[in-house]
Amino acid sequence: MDLLNALVALTNFVVVPGLAYGSQLALGALGVTLIYGILRFSNFAHGDTMAFGAMVTILITWAFQSMGISAGPLPTALLALPFGILGTIGLALLTDRTVYRFYRQQKAKPVIFVMVSLGVMFMMNGIVRFIIGPGDQRFADGERFIIKARTFKQMTGLDEGLAIKTTQGITVITAIIVVAVLFWFLNKTRTGKSMRAYSDNEDLALLSGINPERVVMYTWMIVAALATIAGVLYGLDKSFKPFTYFQLLLPIFASAIVGGLGNPIGAIAGGFIIAFSEVTITYAWKKVLTYGLPDSLAPDGLVQLLSTDYKFAVSFAILIVVLLFKPTGLFKGKAV
Amino acid sequence: MTETMKHTLLFVFVGVMILAEGMTDFLFFSGSWNSALVILNMGLISAIMAIGVNIQWGFAGLFNVGIMGFTALGGLAVVLVSTPVIPAAWSSGGVSIVMALVMGALTVVSAVMITKFMPGGKLRTVVLLAVLIVGFFVYRAIFDPAVGSVEAINPALQGNIGGLGLPVLLAWPAGGLLAAGAAWLIGKTALGLRSDYLAIATLGIAEIIIAVLKNEDWLSRGVKNVVGLPRPLPYEVDLQSDPSFVERAASWGMDPVTASTVYVKAGYALMFTVVLLALLWMAQMALKSPWGRMMRAIRDNEVAAEAMGKDVTRRHLQIFVLGSAICGIAGAMMTTLDSQMTPGTYNPLRFTFLIWVMVIVGGSGNNFGAVLGGMLIWFFWIKVEPMGILLMELVTSGMAEGSALKAHLLESASHMRLFTMGLILLLVLRFSPRGLIPEK
Repeated sequence: MDLLNALVALTNFVVVPGLAYGSQLALGALGVTLIYGILRFSNFAHGDTMAFGAMVTILITWAFQSMGISAGPLPTALLALPFGILGTIGLALLTDRTVYRFYRQQKAKPVIFVMVSLGVMFMMNGIVRFIIGPGDQRFADGERFIIKARTFKQMTGLDEGLAIKTTQGITVITAIIVVAVLFWFLNKTRTGKSMRAYSDNEDLALLSGINPERVVMYTWMIVAALATIAGVLYGLDKSFKPFTYFQLLLPIFASAIVGGLGNPIGAIAGGFIIAFSEVTITYAWKKVLTYGLPDSLAPDGLVQLLSTDYKFAVSFAILIVVLLFKPTGLFKGKAV
Repeated sequence: MTETMKHTLLFVFVGVMILAEGMTDFLFFSGSWNSALVILNMGLISAIMAIGVNIQWGFAGLFNVGIMGFTALGGLAVVLVSTPVIPAAWSSGGVSIVMALVMGALTVVSAVMITKFMPGGKLRTVVLLAVLIVGFFVYRAIFDPAVGSVEAINPALQGNIGGLGLPVLLAWPAGGLLAAGAAWLIGKTALGLRSDYLAIATLGIAEIIIAVLKNEDWLSRGVKNVVGLPRPLPYEVDLQSDPSFVERAASWGMDPVTASTVYVKAGYALMFTVVLLALLWMAQMALKSPWGRMMRAIRDNEVAAEAMGKDVTRRHLQIFVLGSAICGIAGAMMTTLDSQMTPGTYNPLRFTFLIWVMVIVGGSGNNFGAVLGGMLIWFFWIKVEPMGILLMELVTSGMAEGSALKAHLLESASHMRLFTMGLILLLVLRFSPRGLIPEK
């Protein structure tokens, strides 16, 4: 019984939040990694692209809510999501046309691209703050829980409850669907194949008649969609605040690099590695250990390895260790 | 018009803007000498930070986005050097904290040694993990109770290990040293990898430094802030109660309150100018020296420089440490100016990316450009807000009174700052990538 309780507590506080956070990071890291693979630079504006996408979705959600449109038990934001994606695709294509294309034609060094993406980051951040303000926005509605802690206790008769938020369920399911569609696209369609060819060897791809501008355009569209989905899921699960999205940049980069920049499978694995390390290292293990260990060994303290404010330090430490021992990442990314 | 003329005029323009801020309240100027001096002081500090970044980026092509962290370390140095000694803290737990930190450092060092000198294989992994895990728990076992007892001492005002009680001016070089130490550690691990990785690594280290400052209450009181840090200049209140100062103020034709505030701020401006000029001179000398030429050679073609026998990674580490140290000095100066340490106010947009805008706009690779960029962009950073409000008032003047859109536009005008800075950065990168004062 105690062991079961320990397992339930572990699932409730570590596994479920870790899965949800990991899916969000994986979607974000996929965007970063695609930009890196095709356009060959680290996009610092990605966090703010996510914020922009989430913002458009929130505005449309509010419009839907005021019109009385809802998705029943699911959050209205899911209905607004396609519009958010369209808006973000528009913005991404616009920035590419007005900003990045010039440097592509110049064949500028990657570091110049990174710097340009800083400028884009500033502007997007400014736009988001200008339109929706710097404060916290909550836009989740519908049913809050799939399983409530109390119902679970009554059902199983255990002391520990298991609560799964609707947003956590939606996050994981959406992430699975999105990743499946993305891999189908990259592996089976003509455009997807040309994208991978372009990423593997630019010159060879050009020689075989692949139009680079089209590849870049599709990349931005996919990245914008991924960023919006990741941003909306994160906002639903936690809350929307422009600055938090900027701070997500670090764990997202860490995920992408740990998996190997430019490698989509690596990005997903990296997202979960980072998410689970953050959650396990900053979680106070007292409860689980008290259930799991015999009484004589039960811990006195909280058994928290690091306080939750150091979650950045965790993703960072993993990043550094991977960079030192396996600079191309766990899944053999590319190094330009 | 010669180049020198043009560049001098740009500096004169910044000077005129600051003078105008003091003299007139036309348009977005405030007409207050206090406000002008506040802008000038932070402008001088920003110029120093810009020199630091310019040394890294302009001389050597290193992309450091962790300036905020080094600035904050400079601020920490002020707390550690200048606040009074708290003997009770040292007797109750300070020594154990230091011991715990030494233990932690030893653990890391031995882990590095093991990976270096033991032959690879399963045994090494096991030993390495054992050392790390045992080290971590020993560290926590010494550290946690010591921190508890230090934080229990007079928590309303202190609750930290205090400082050394030394003159606050000593904190400026100390801030440089602290930042240099951190830069050495990060440079040792991240330099030599790809350029993007250094950027991400520095971004991370800056966030971690801020997290440490916010959470380690025993060190600098965390988010409870350290206020009332010692100042190198007299307090305004003391000046106002000093009869000889009041007399002098009257002879300048100012009331004692304004006179004292302006006097103190002008004093800071003078001190900052001295530091700025000294650092500028050193940076110029370094740029012109054989060392500077080597750096630029490395920047322009690493492979060729390496073929000539230059140790690229070592030189990069050297310049990374130097540039970060300058940022640390500037950070210490800023905390001294505020006479408080508030870890909650460090924001990467303001303390890292804004400095980058300054360097790029001023002209990367040119120290004078960095100084100009620092002063100019700082002025706009402060003034974009009133400018934005003016603009919004103009835009919305035709709209119906009390409409929701008008209210929203007016209210959000202050967020134009980030947008404008991004726009300036993009425009300069596109149309004048060498900046206002290009590298010679």
